[in-house]
Amino acid sequence: MATAPPSTYSAVTLNINGEKHALTVDHRTTLLDALRERLDMTGTKKGCDQGQCGACTVLVDKRRAVACLTLAVAAEGREITTIEGVAEGDQLHAVQQAFLDLDGYQCGYCTPGQICSAVAVIEEHAAGWPSAATEDVRPEAGPPPLTPEEIRERMSGNLCRCGAYVSIVQAVARAAEADAAARAAQAEQGTEHEGAAA
Amino acid sequence: MKEFGYQRALDVSGALALLDADPDARFLGGGTNLVDLMKTGVERPGRLVDVRELPLDRIETTEDGGLRIGATVSNSDLAAHPDVRRRYPALTQAVLAGASGQLRNMATVGGNLLQRTRCGYFADVTKPCNKRDPGSGCPAIKGEHHNHAILGASDHCVATHPSDLGVALTAFDAVVTYETADGPGELPLADFYLPVGDTPHLETALPQGALITGVVLPPAPVAANSRYRKVRERASYAFAIGSIAAALDVQDGVVREVRLAFGAVASRPWRARAAEAALLGGPVDAAAFAAAADAELAAARPLPHNGYKVTLMRNLVVAVLSELAEEAAR
Amino acid sequence: MTTTTTGIRAVPAVGTAHTRVEGRDKVTGAARYAAEIPFTELAHGWLVLSTVTRGRVSSVEDGPVLDMPGVLAVLHHGNAPRVDTDYVGMLGMPPDPTIAVFQHDRVPHAGWPVALVVAETSEQAREAAEALVVHYEEETHDVTFAGEHPDAYSVPGPGGPAVTEKGDLEAELAASAVVLDAEYTTPEEHHNSMEPHAATALWDGGRLEVVDSNQGTIWVAAELASLFSLDPASVHVRSEHVGGGFGSKGVRAHQVAAVMAATILSRPVRVVMTRRQMFSLAGYRSPTTQRVRLGADAEGRLLALEHSCLSLTSTVHEFIESGAGVARVMYDAPAHHTANRVVRLDVPSPTFMRAPGEAPGSFALESALDELAEKLGIDPIELRTRNEPAVGPVSGLPFSTRNLPACFEEGARRFGWADRDPRPGVRREGRWLIGTGTAAASFFVGAMPSTAAATAEADGTFTVRINAADIGTGARTALTLVAADALEVPTDRVHVRIGDSDFGPAMIAGGSMGTRSWAWAVTAAAAELRERLALSDGIPPEGITVRSDTTAAVGALAQKERHSFGAQFAEVAVDVSTGEVRVRRMLGMFAAGRIINPLTARGQFTGGMIWGISMALHEEAVRDRNTGALYGADLAGYHVASNADVPLVEADWVDDSDPDDPVGIKGIGEIGIVGAAAAIANAVWHATGVRHRNLPIRPDRVITAGPHV
Repeated sequence: MATAPPSTYSAVTLNINGEKHALTVDHRTTLLDALRERLDMTGTKKGCDQGQCGACTVLVDKRRAVACLTLAVAAEGREITTIEGVAEGDQLHAVQQAFLDLDGYQCGYCTPGQICSAVAVIEEHAAGWPSAATEDVRPEAGPPPLTPEEIRERMSGNLCRCGAYVSIVQAVARAAEADAAARAAQAEQGTEHEGAAA
Repeated sequence: MKEFGYQRALDVSGALALLDADPDARFLGGGTNLVDLMKTGVERPGRLVDVRELPLDRIETTEDGGLRIGATVSNSDLAAHPDVRRRYPALTQAVLAGASGQLRNMATVGGNLLQRTRCGYFADVTKPCNKRDPGSGCPAIKGEHHNHAILGASDHCVATHPSDLGVALTAFDAVVTYETADGPGELPLADFYLPVGDTPHLETALPQGALITGVVLPPAPVAANSRYRKVRERASYAFAIGSIAAALDVQDGVVREVRLAFGAVASRPWRARAAEAALLGGPVDAAAFAAAADAELAAARPLPHNGYKVTLMRNLVVAVLSELAEEAAR
Repeated sequence: MTTTTTGIRAVPAVGTAHTRVEGRDKVTGAARYAAEIPFTELAHGWLVLSTVTRGRVSSVEDGPVLDMPGVLAVLHHGNAPRVDTDYVGMLGMPPDPTIAVFQHDRVPHAGWPVALVVAETSEQAREAAEALVVHYEEETHDVTFAGEHPDAYSVPGPGGPAVTEKGDLEAELAASAVVLDAEYTTPEEHHNSMEPHAATALWDGGRLEVVDSNQGTIWVAAELASLFSLDPASVHVRSEHVGGGFGSKGVRAHQVAAVMAATILSRPVRVVMTRRQMFSLAGYRSPTTQRVRLGADAEGRLLALEHSCLSLTSTVHEFIESGAGVARVMYDAPAHHTANRVVRLDVPSPTFMRAPGEAPGSFALESALDELAEKLGIDPIELRTRNEPAVGPVSGLPFSTRNLPACFEEGARRFGWADRDPRPGVRREGRWLIGTGTAAASFFVGAMPSTAAATAEADGTFTVRINAADIGTGARTALTLVAADALEVPTDRVHVRIGDSDFGPAMIAGGSMGTRSWAWAVTAAAAELRERLALSDGIPPEGITVRSDTTAAVGALAQKERHSFGAQFAEVAVDVSTGEVRVRRMLGMFAAGRIINPLTARGQFTGGMIWGISMALHEEAVRDRNTGALYGADLAGYHVASNADVPLVEADWVDDSDPDDPVGIKGIGEIGIVGAAAAIANAVWHATGVRHRNLPIRPDRVITAGPHV
């Protein structure tokens, strides 16, 4: 049966870093290209455009995802956080500060993706998610401690060709410690902590 | 990439109707494989029907004590689910061994089963490939094939299936459920992938226009003592060159139940039934494990540069079964 | 008028850890790279590459593509502006003809650029480029690089002559108590900077403006001027932030294509390479086949050393990977022969890649030394110590400094080498066999003439302008520290601006010579500015600017053997049943001149060592001899080390200030990779008892080699 050719453009509203952006997109436009070429938000980087390097990592509904394989039209209705939205105003996120202080980068091109990924890694770990580095994944074994080996595995979706991995791992560890301390303090104050849905 | 239409389906019947209306339409799940293949020109759909938001995102225990996993459950949620981790730990390990944290958040269970091979000739539209372009030839057989199939391949195609998740599901007798315009259906994963033969472009037995709705895992107490091991050319974020999902139950020093499936050695996740048969009721020692592996790998037809996979799989069988035997003895 | 003061800072900035001056921009995403500078009316160019490996373009069906939505132009050999390639570039080499796109119908290799499609959006450009039908007359090709090739010939490399020979090799080998004769191979390797090559070109008021990602804007500007027969002053190239280079970011097809399109369309045109395109357009390191023959007396003193290296190049450009050069620096022997040879094949042109020559050369030579130590029953470090040359083995020139023994001594102490059981294959932890290995490293030290301008601003700050490139090395920060010390002011009063061809001639970021060359010019400018300030009453609103040019000073350097040195240590775990190799720890001790910024310098060293891990275990571009094209040319098919592959890698240094450099700098960008792969391969032997002479040490190769333990 013959069908009318579908429209290849859509008007969408993207929710990025808490702000709504209305634009018309070619359906082929990835979230990555929409950010970089349409919205002038170039902090999210294009390294391979094939999901093979992690440079374009953003948070979608608070979870990390690669923007190069996310169609912009499919991102409508999602809550998107890019590197531009990680800091609280002028106050760097603990992960950003740790990358800066510990030199967790060299050329800086993979850095926004590394940082977005690290923010999510800390959340995933706090929610008790195991990783491929976790010896015993059964829930009875309890959440794995965030050892350097765990960080390495969890951060492996972000390639760094400069080879800044040693300081990246140190930076993630430092930010995670600060985060764990903050969570503990919060728990001590009697605030109920809700982990991410498993 | 050519232009295409896009629609978001809100329910299963709507999704089926949208697909049915356009022969050039494809379902879009997480997009981690399809969008990549559209960029490389391997896939050229005229319309995408986005099924990511269908209400198929639950993991539930079935009446008989198995698990029903919705098709749009993300790989991450599957791996993190307490029932999966407790009852089918190899499944969690398999998922976590695949791709990256980012991609696992995006990728769906249904999409994972339908992902295409990572053969470099398949991905390069300037090269012949019988799977992409039937009849054009297979350059891998006389070219680069060190990570190609040793089992179940043909003269027409030696590509492997890249899924990790699928290997564990195969070991646990998973059943794929689907919907079509004519009603629901199901396919055991063992029958889900078609033999390669001279039709490598025909990959699954899913009826035309069908939408995968989920995967059902039957109850399998043996799966509680299970493990997934993956060997690859870097420590993470790489496809397997050989992998194994194994489960073992030992009683009174003999194998009471065993499950074995191999990854990255065939066009589909490879259930090692010959090895299982050789092990069942037999002794729990390295010699028996090696003999069982040999029984399975007798069917291997390696190419000049992938014969190492026979050794690798044999060694993996022995190593992982030995570890599980030790675990069972605790 | 305001006055300014210098000389108020007590602690020198050089030598103390300093976070990157552009660090905040990099961690917030504010730092803009080449493809991220907005332009109104920007058009997008997409390159079309040949699908055949050798032949001719018989026709380009551009008509249908020009009718596609948004398409503005299709450039190809039938209509592209002509360019001039008859010149010698800044690096003293004629241009790689690969950059002269669309000048003729010949296709000399797979992935040769045959057309550029320009459209209003990148999606339209991509679709049109994919739709462009190009017809070829295909010819047979030869891309096979394996062992000896009848067409191989000797050729001088960037660092020296083709062949050096002294002594009677066969006689000394015959007189040796122990002889080693082994062949080593390294594969084709690709830089794969995380940021793909990207350039935007436009004409603005009679000037060609190019926003680019490169390792030297003056280099690119000069070559574009030559290619397009333009007055060099009318070409302006900027490159503020560069997402990695490693040798690949010079003049490439994309800049030339962008300039052509911008000229024809009279609007800004951006051309960005895809990751796949980078594999055929961005250059790469040639594979090598190397033969090393060593003869030694019973005490381990070398009597004979032969190191020959065969690499490949394209049919259109001669570039040699001079792997045998490392032997001319490291070890002496009464009979000492080295030779670099090359063979021309139907492949893209290779180029400089991090530690060109030394990286593959050190793998062969330092593996061979380890094998010789094994045969002699002498500790590998002791063997190297016994063969420390007094002067350059080939040149006879004195070394400026050679603190290699100090590196081994301190490295061995920290690594715990003294406790090492030399026997292979005797340490097991679960499924893993454990081993340790070591290797020496060296890399050429040099300086190139550069210019800098230093301005005392009216507000009391200082601006330094130098055409440096910070490709991740930390050069911008290092130069800030150098300038602050030279001006004797705190670092926060110094602003260093880089990456702009209008700043004048300067060395590129390459050859580990960038920071040294630039720091020299900055130091000279700052010194002169201080003199000027001492004589001035105050600073006028426009500031006081002085310029430096180090041409004379650099030219006056005495002839010496100038090198950085290092000692690499690695511990590996090998599962011979699965072929998996994991590096468990690494330590590098370096004698590499005065360290400007320990924070970023450590990253340069460890980054290089991690390249060594990647080279030893992962990287290999597979060229399919039947199709002549690469197999799996993407980051899933070409593996670089991931985070999980990299253990705690530590680097440190011994005092080694270069007495002939005003700041004491040598250069640190490349030495980290040298010897690293050999240390890992030597550790794999120590773990398993199996020598791996072919990189990378992939699981299939470990399995195929079998368990020799």
